Amino acid sequence: MAERSFAKEVKSLRLGEGVEFRGEGILAVTKALLQSGVGYVGGYQGAPISHLMDVLADAEEILNELGVHFEASASEATAAAMLAASINYPIRGAVTWKSTVGTNVASDALANLASAGVLGGALIVVGEDYGEGASIMQERTHAFAMKSQMWLLDPRPHLPDIVRAVEKGFELSEASNTPVMLMLRIRACHVYGRFTTKANRRPAFSAADALAAPSRDYGKIILPPSTYAQEKEKIEKRFPAAVRFVAEQGLNDFIPGETDDIGIVLQGGLYNSTLRALELLGCADTFGNTKVPLYCLNVTYPLVPDEWVKFCAGKKAVLVVEEGQPEFIEQAAAQILRKHDVQARLVGKDVLPAMGEYNVDVLRKGLGEFIGKWTPQLREAAAARRAADGGLSSSGATAADSLGAGDGSVPARAVVETPLIPAARLAALVPPRPSGLCTGCPERPFFAAMKLLQRETGPLHISADIGCHSFATLPPFNMGNSIMGYGLGSAAASAFGTDGGKRAVSVMGDGGFWHNGLTSGIGNAVFNKHDDLTVIVDNGYSAATGGQDILSSRAPNAHREGNHTIETAVKGVGVKWVKRTHTYDMQGTLKVLREALSTGFRGPKVIIAEGECQLNRQRRVKPLMKKAIKDGQRVVRERFGIDPDTCTGDHSCIRLSGCPSLTVKKNPDPLRTDPVAHVDNSCVGCGVCGEVAHAAVLCPSFYRAELVYNPSGWDRFLAKVRGAVIGFLQRRSERKRLQYAL
Amino acid sequence: MPSERPIKLTIAALGGQGGGVLANWLIGIAESEGYLAQTTSVPGVAQRTGATIYYLEFFPQAAAAAAGRDPIMALMPVSGDVDCVLASELAEAARAIQRGLVTRDRTTLIASSHRSYAISEKSAMGDGAANEEELIELVRSQAKRVVLFDMDAMAESHHSVISSVMLGALGGSGVLPFRKAAFEAAIKKGGIAVSTNLAAFEDAWRRAEGQDAPGADAGEADLGPSAALSLGGTIARETVASAADPLGTVPAQARSPKLQPLLDRVRRFAAPVQKIVLEGVRRAIDYQDPEYAKLYLDRLEQVAGLDGMRGVRGGGDFGGGARVGNGNEEWSLTEATARSLALWMTFEDTIRVADLKTRSTRFTRVRDEIRADAGQLFGITEFMKPRVTEIAGTLPAGLGRWLLRSPGMNRLLTRWTGGKQIRTGTVTGFLMLHLLGGLKRWRRGTLRFHEENARIEQWLGRIERVAATNYALAVELARAQRLVKGYGDTHERGWRNFSALVDKLDELAPRADGAAVFARLQTAALADEEGKALARELAEISSVAVVKFALDRARA
Repeated sequence: MAERSFAKEVKSLRLGEGVEFRGEGILAVTKALLQSGVGYVGGYQGAPISHLMDVLADAEEILNELGVHFEASASEATAAAMLAASINYPIRGAVTWKSTVGTNVASDALANLASAGVLGGALIVVGEDYGEGASIMQERTHAFAMKSQMWLLDPRPHLPDIVRAVEKGFELSEASNTPVMLMLRIRACHVYGRFTTKANRRPAFSAADALAAPSRDYGKIILPPSTYAQEKEKIEKRFPAAVRFVAEQGLNDFIPGETDDIGIVLQGGLYNSTLRALELLGCADTFGNTKVPLYCLNVTYPLVPDEWVKFCAGKKAVLVVEEGQPEFIEQAAAQILRKHDVQARLVGKDVLPAMGEYNVDVLRKGLGEFIGKWTPQLREAAAARRAADGGLSSSGATAADSLGAGDGSVPARAVVETPLIPAARLAALVPPRPSGLCTGCPERPFFAAMKLLQRETGPLHISADIGCHSFATLPPFNMGNSIMGYGLGSAAASAFGTDGGKRAVSVMGDGGFWHNGLTSGIGNAVFNKHDDLTVIVDNGYSAATGGQDILSSRAPNAHREGNHTIETAVKGVGVKWVKRTHTYDMQGTLKVLREALSTGFRGPKVIIAEGECQLNRQRRVKPLMKKAIKDGQRVVRERFGIDPDTCTGDHSCIRLSGCPSLTVKKNPDPLRTDPVAHVDNSCVGCGVCGEVAHAAVLCPSFYRAELVYNPSGWDRFLAKVRGAVIGFLQRRSERKRLQYAL
Repeated sequence: MPSERPIKLTIAALGGQGGGVLANWLIGIAESEGYLAQTTSVPGVAQRTGATIYYLEFFPQAAAAAAGRDPIMALMPVSGDVDCVLASELAEAARAIQRGLVTRDRTTLIASSHRSYAISEKSAMGDGAANEEELIELVRSQAKRVVLFDMDAMAESHHSVISSVMLGALGGSGVLPFRKAAFEAAIKKGGIAVSTNLAAFEDAWRRAEGQDAPGADAGEADLGPSAALSLGGTIARETVASAADPLGTVPAQARSPKLQPLLDRVRRFAAPVQKIVLEGVRRAIDYQDPEYAKLYLDRLEQVAGLDGMRGVRGGGDFGGGARVGNGNEEWSLTEATARSLALWMTFEDTIRVADLKTRSTRFTRVRDEIRADAGQLFGITEFMKPRVTEIAGTLPAGLGRWLLRSPGMNRLLTRWTGGKQIRTGTVTGFLMLHLLGGLKRWRRGTLRFHEENARIEQWLGRIERVAATNYALAVELARAQRLVKGYGDTHERGWRNFSALVDKLDELAPRADGAAVFARLQTAALADEEGKALARELAEISSVAVVKFALDRARA
């Protein structure tokens, strides 16, 4: 079961013709797929489209009603390969994943798909994880579109436009026999908005129809001579067809302005930010009426030369607003304009930053510079606007001033001066807040054990992986020498696999293991006779992406088959040395780690470190416990605490744990100044505090409290006896102490 | 082209703090009040305990209808163009300011004054917390309007969540043109913990209504208890009173008459140090007995004499210092020693730990801490790991030494050491600890006591010697006791560092910057567990010494 349930939201997927839909971007995409008569859907979770997978999973019932086949694919490659169904048959298919990492994984299938070409519309919804909040290396999906010749849609972050992009995407795909990528930026995936629905459509042609009458065409096989024919068709037929379709359907927008001197070409996904920047510069209003003509590319590949010529002809300068690098669109534009001898000056990355997210602040600065340089008359307009509506805030005004020379003309309304604080002082004052493992996370005790282990062995080479455990590379663990990709932790240690001496340690999550780690890592280690150690952290879910189920998940799932253990899989590919340990048992984990690094056994060693994701566990256990307590059953709830009078404020425990619920508070002892450690009320009683205290020989300050709900008669009896004895002794020593009250 | 502009609101929260819930409530409220609403966020990894931002824009439907088209709403906050910032924690409020989202001409900043410490603050070996006083100053000074109070505490007091308090504070501040009924309706519609959420919401609404704090003069009252300004920028004091005076005052009469002589001796110290000395005496008695407190005073008077000899005017009775004026800083050696000596003399041995764990006051504290309902049964389990060293330390010195020497006994005992879980709530568990605590009366004979006592004597002797030539350095040496804390490995690491510093004394005593260097060494010792920083600093000193030595040679 995923971290977030869309059970309620998916009801809106049933909405019929002409109703107003309200919800998140990803939900709108799902609805659009159903409206387009999609036949099959697949994908692999990962921010920002994790929720799209969760929505589809929760909508399984509705999908079945419509005869739509949905799969939670094993990897992005699996999902991409699934699109093969649209090569021979007129079935519309859609897949989704996190880009560019997912697109990397899917590239092999995608390239072959793009070469063979499609009959039914094939749509790939990629969540472009670029800029603020991104969790991956910063690259662009655009490059994949160009190299495999797939079309790339980049719609405005506005629900009606996103829905239209899905619908037109299928049409474009069919009109040009080419798979189409629909790119959604992080915020667009999560934007809440509204659009008017259409009725859902059952797929016209189903998988059953295909199987009933299979069709085969050697021309679609990836072997010569077909491949040469396919390349020819790509260039001579599909590309022109796509360009024609984009132009005829008017997929890109021309927004007129008040000047003919300049214009701005922008990616559709940057429309709202660009308009807000223009508004702050006094060159547009809230409703998108702009003084500067805009050419909005809702399709960023292929480009339509005629449209560029039409837009740029007669202008002094044109600014290309294109996020990320390399600046593919700007380069292509240069070629188009040069070849058509259009003399407008091409401006782009020279006024806008070469890399990084184009947020409104960045755009405001770049656009201000561009407009001011090429159309000084707009400066007066901006000034007039400020006079009219009292200008913006202090910085808004200064930005407006930055038009052109930026003569710092005072805004009409006096602005309260904000005392300027040096950025350096702010940076020193505000503590950074990196992500970390959740309260009670089962991976915490494992990495604590690794930290203790290295006190004995000295530093080890640790090959990290993608997943929650990636957070071990951050404080307080600071562990892991490289991250090469999802499920590649073990493979990334291959070079250290065989030569003796200290053994390398690889970490892999259960998610990564099933994604590809079993073959690329474990199988490879067996085959090449590695002598290293791979630890597979098995928390029962693809936790980092939102707790989706996987092959080895133990929790019951009506739609998926789980409970296939990692241990049998690992043994199946020939690992002889396999040990399982429960992460919360730190002593045991340490023992097995020591053994793995010291044993005379040569060959790959695998430790499966088990412990259920605490987020999912709590979601499962909490309601049950609440209910049990309500029903009057005897329940014992554990949580941890620290005695402030024995804690000396060294915080070793925190450096070995970093649990969010293990924090500090002011030292109640007037003689001590250092804050004492403190367990706050969010503690879930996972037990790690006690384990750490023992394993690290830390301090006796930790205690576990066992709260008893609905105590039995025996409980009460015991309590009485204990209360009597303990109370008596305590009162006696109290009296003694009181003799010496000062 | 002037036109109506959207209302812009940013929520700065921590992952898992319910910022999403709050955003959804606001969407519902805005729509019910005839506004178009848009919200978006950047979840992903930040959701895992990191800092997250939710951004909302509201626009009157009527205006859109009049214009015949929808407004273009942004998906991210823009510096200088935000009407309201809601921050669920003090440092996050400061971060919003750092991001330029808060401006004085425009932004209403509604923030909780409580702290949720970041890992860098928590994991420091000493006090790594951000300067709370500065944070509050910053938060108070940068917005057009500030609503600042401990929303976490308020949520707790209503058994509710901080998001309902934040919603109430937002509503009460009157930044949004929405009716109160709409807010309440949203909470009811949520259908989860409605009554408690409404109570928290109502409380916060009133608090915010009453509170309009432009600039710096939002009184302490507005801040709620936990945010009361802190001394020396450490963790916030529980109450303003204790912040002003964490030690209380020195009484004239001892509560038990037989202690009056001790109290009189305390009162003979210079006024500025009396409180801390009294604390030390109390600690010594609590730890051992009045005799032990006498020993504490004997030792301290010795040191105070050194301050006195420097002709201090501190009203102290030692070394014939005149009884006028105060000159607090002049008593810094006495003060530093009073603190350190008390802590060192009451070192945490197994007896002390057992004693503290079995006190009735401790049982009550645990009950409060774990929020046990009145009369609810609960058990306490301790996690102890006595090693042979601890066992030997608790035995009579001779026996203990023999035990540590004999490998056979060592091996034998090791069987009994290792992680112990003791259930203090049970009769047997309690008796075990109670008896251990009772060994107090024989403590003076234990090996650990002998060791620590020798170390203390040594340390005091050094302080005296150094003070004669380099007073400032002596003060630093007195403070250096703070390096030795914790248990087991931690304690041993601390002692190693302390010894390493002490080895440098002779080298530093003649140097004018000796004290400064020694202070730097202490900071370095507390910089990292592996002792890298300390090693670096130490190396530097000796290299300096080498150079100095070479120069002298050259001169000769």
